[in-house]
Amino acid sequence: MATATLPNEFLKPLRVFASLRLTVVCLGCGMLLIFLGTLAQVHLGIHAVQARYFQSLLVFWSPRGADWKIPILPGGYLLGTVLLVNLIAAHATRFEVSRKKIGIFLLHLGVILLLLGQLLTGLYARETQMRLDNGQTLGYSEAPREVELAVIDVTDPSFDQVVSVPEEVLARGGTIQNPTLPFTIGIRRFLPNARLTMRAQEPNAPVSLATTGFGPNVVVTELPRTVKDDERDLTSAFIEINGVQGSLGTWLVSNAIADRQSFSVNDHSYELIMRQRRFYKQFALTLIHFEHDRYAGTDIPKNFSSRVRLLDSERGENREVLISMNDPLRYRGYTFYQAGFDNNDTTTILQVVKNPAMLLPYIACGLVGLGLLVQFSMHLFGFVRKRNR
Amino acid sequence: MRKSRSWILWLIVGLTIVSVLAPLAQHDERDGFEMQKFGRLPVLLNGRIKPLDTVARTSLLIIQGKQTLTIEHGEMTAIDWLAEVMFKASEADRRKIFVIRSPETQAAIGRNDPAEKYFSFLDLSSHLQEIEQQADLAQKVEAQVRSPFQRDIIKLFERLTLYHRLQNTLEVAGTENFKAQIDDLLKNIHPSQVPMNSGITAEALQSLGFLAETGYFFPIPPVPPNDDPLQWRKMGESVLQFITAGDLHPAVSAWATMASAYAANDPAGFNAELDRYSDWVREHFPNRVHKAGVESVFNQLEPFYSAMIIYLLIFILACGSWLAWPQSLGRCAYVLLVVTFVIHTAGLITRMYLEGRPPVTNLYSSAVFIGWGAVLLGILLERFFRNGIGSATASAIGFLTLLIAHHLSLDGDTMEMMRAVLDTNAWLATHVVMVTLGYASTFLAGFLALTYIVRGAFTPSLDRATANSLARMVYGIVCFATLFSFVGTILGGIWADQSWGRFWGWDPKENGAALIVLWNAIILHARWGGLVRQRGLMVLAVFGNVVTSWSWFGVNMLGIGLHSYGFMDSAFPWLIGFALSQILFMLIGMLPLHTWRSQLEAPRAPPVREMTKVSA
Repeated sequence: MATATLPNEFLKPLRVFASLRLTVVCLGCGMLLIFLGTLAQVHLGIHAVQARYFQSLLVFWSPRGADWKIPILPGGYLLGTVLLVNLIAAHATRFEVSRKKIGIFLLHLGVILLLLGQLLTGLYARETQMRLDNGQTLGYSEAPREVELAVIDVTDPSFDQVVSVPEEVLARGGTIQNPTLPFTIGIRRFLPNARLTMRAQEPNAPVSLATTGFGPNVVVTELPRTVKDDERDLTSAFIEINGVQGSLGTWLVSNAIADRQSFSVNDHSYELIMRQRRFYKQFALTLIHFEHDRYAGTDIPKNFSSRVRLLDSERGENREVLISMNDPLRYRGYTFYQAGFDNNDTTTILQVVKNPAMLLPYIACGLVGLGLLVQFSMHLFGFVRKRNR
Repeated sequence: MRKSRSWILWLIVGLTIVSVLAPLAQHDERDGFEMQKFGRLPVLLNGRIKPLDTVARTSLLIIQGKQTLTIEHGEMTAIDWLAEVMFKASEADRRKIFVIRSPETQAAIGRNDPAEKYFSFLDLSSHLQEIEQQADLAQKVEAQVRSPFQRDIIKLFERLTLYHRLQNTLEVAGTENFKAQIDDLLKNIHPSQVPMNSGITAEALQSLGFLAETGYFFPIPPVPPNDDPLQWRKMGESVLQFITAGDLHPAVSAWATMASAYAANDPAGFNAELDRYSDWVREHFPNRVHKAGVESVFNQLEPFYSAMIIYLLIFILACGSWLAWPQSLGRCAYVLLVVTFVIHTAGLITRMYLEGRPPVTNLYSSAVFIGWGAVLLGILLERFFRNGIGSATASAIGFLTLLIAHHLSLDGDTMEMMRAVLDTNAWLATHVVMVTLGYASTFLAGFLALTYIVRGAFTPSLDRATANSLARMVYGIVCFATLFSFVGTILGGIWADQSWGRFWGWDPKENGAALIVLWNAIILHARWGGLVRQRGLMVLAVFGNVVTSWSWFGVNMLGIGLHSYGFMDSAFPWLIGFALSQILFMLIGMLPLHTWRSQLEAPRAPPVREMTKVSA
């Protein structure tokens, strides 16, 4: 007997996806994936594990040192998608819309939102950090694991004009031309992670690609990207500046080099620096004071909090805000969390998150909880009624 | 039940209650010193104001692994021992309280006698330097990769440090008459901003500085009296304050008087000062004194320890009811279960009152709460089914979780302060309670399934009716488990979103919670889809025990992530053993039916498809 209202021919292909067997297989694979993804964290940092196991279509395995790999498990994105299809197909083909099923329906809707929310978060959420020293004001946050090449025109002392090239563009190589710059930037070599040593310590190293700036005195050795959470890639590149008259030289840029390197073209002075990628905000924060409370007679932290001033000339905001554990600042789509501290409690580190799918888990939680409660209480009351009869 | 047996039932219940309350009748008055009263004095340690009795018990636990000390003629309570450590250093130094089992560690102190395991501070005092050196070397190795010797020597060093600090908390160890020293200071000192100008000798100043630095707990309450724990002071600090600012704190001379009286074997003087100081703190800190009193009664009663033992008794009674006198034994087990549950609950509520927190704040309290939740559900099952199964499984889980809690309590004070991000009662009360109830119900379903398999495979006692009622219980409890663990896990995600800015971070503890949700969902879907029948349901539910124990303990042993509580190496073999035993039971559950001792014909009804209707 067909229970759905849609024509049978249309539903046939859907039924393959609607089976409970598929659900159980998917959930089982999910358990295996999560278990292996937990074990992997003993050796890999959380970022590497997330990318490899959960934000991927397939999980690959390769023996130590080998350069081939085989897929061993569906990754998080693939499993999530199949489960989503399975759930939707099941509701399209098998479920009657009835009062008795209202709990299951709500609960599954919650699960769909939860899966969608995680997918959207994985794709669109951005986590950056803002490091503020006492009294410092910043209008941008930085990506902890991504760099950019900034070319800064410092000719006018009253303001800097910045052209920044994100890491993904640098990694593509080739030549970059920007209408505000009277030269092109040729990427001779890009190293996602590298070790930099002074040439004096390695006199036999091959000659550097760099012809000017700090580069000629530095030996650059390529390294694999780090998989540890407490390490940062030292991303480096050799870039050649080409004016109308030809090459001005090749520079080594790296986020390991804190100083800017300068050159001039057509009476304009430029400076080059590779730095953590910046995301500018329409407002700024000033750290007034960072507080680190401990329990009496111990080093156990009781609370961390940052008193900051929020400045937004566009909206006329100028007020003090207290950001503390479990109590973030939410402003214009960004959320600022107390994430860490440094320099003897004089520097605060705020995590800055922008997640368009932030609300979905909240709705999902409500739906799932309500659905389970409704469904199981119907069961329980049915059971008790039967016994009492 | 026949009337003739009912008096036996009530006798057993009465005896149980009496034996639980019996410790209250004991009066600790060692050689005329009012030690019980002494143990109730409030002091500050690790951020919490607690009775001296708690300091004594946790210190002795850390140092020798037990809360009482066995001596030549009987036993010594923790507070007796602490008083001796603080006031009669020379005698305390001879007590053999340091346990050293590892031959390698024994070699480090120049001993090589496998029969000798207990050492006194005096035995070890000539090797302190070697021990410190070895511990320093071991500290440099990352915690996860330390060898057993390295872990052992670090522990020994920590225990010695604790002992040393306890000795130098109220007075410098070996001081003969501390009260006289304080009196001398009062007479000869002219308080001055520059301590050297006050007329104090360089030696006295140095020893006060040592006392201020080394002291373990904070015995001096704030002046003027207030509730701020940050204003409690160590003995040395308070005396130094007097030297620079004048005004000796009344508590200083009270503690000093007690110290000197104890050292001089003067019970009357000790008790008089104790009475005077007790009245003074009660007058100025009534709430603190009340809490400290409640806590020391709680310590004395050890409700969870008593409950643990009674749960074991109930388990035996309930299992016995399947062999003989099902009515009487079953009823006795049930009544005792309810009584013990009341004791368990009272303990839980007392802890909540003392901490001012929801029930689960650390691994220890999660064990206590899992047992509590499972027993509550077990009582409900027993009320419905009245076949001893609810009592047996609930008491088994109650016993095991309290046993685990008992072992976790050996690390010291179980009422710790909550680290920054955890310092929020709202989330502790919702997310943590929900997830822990999820653990409790998943374990209960697993133990019910174990009952099914054990009774079915090894005894002839599993008839069709019992099997069907077990299946209903497991199914119902798995539904509960799904509800609690699912909602609890999502609430955890929301908490993470509130405090770290992301809903889900694939942290090991989060993953563990997700595994429980997924496993319960698998059980339910496999059942609805007809992929498993009655025995299959049982086998799956047993695996829930493995998943839950992994999530509860296993992930903490990885030593990574935001939720890790430190490396619990000693529990690791137990966890593996438990997992293997569960897999063995699953295999037994999958044996062909004719090998089982209970004759269960295959259920005639088709598999339940309660929630789905597959179109034909």
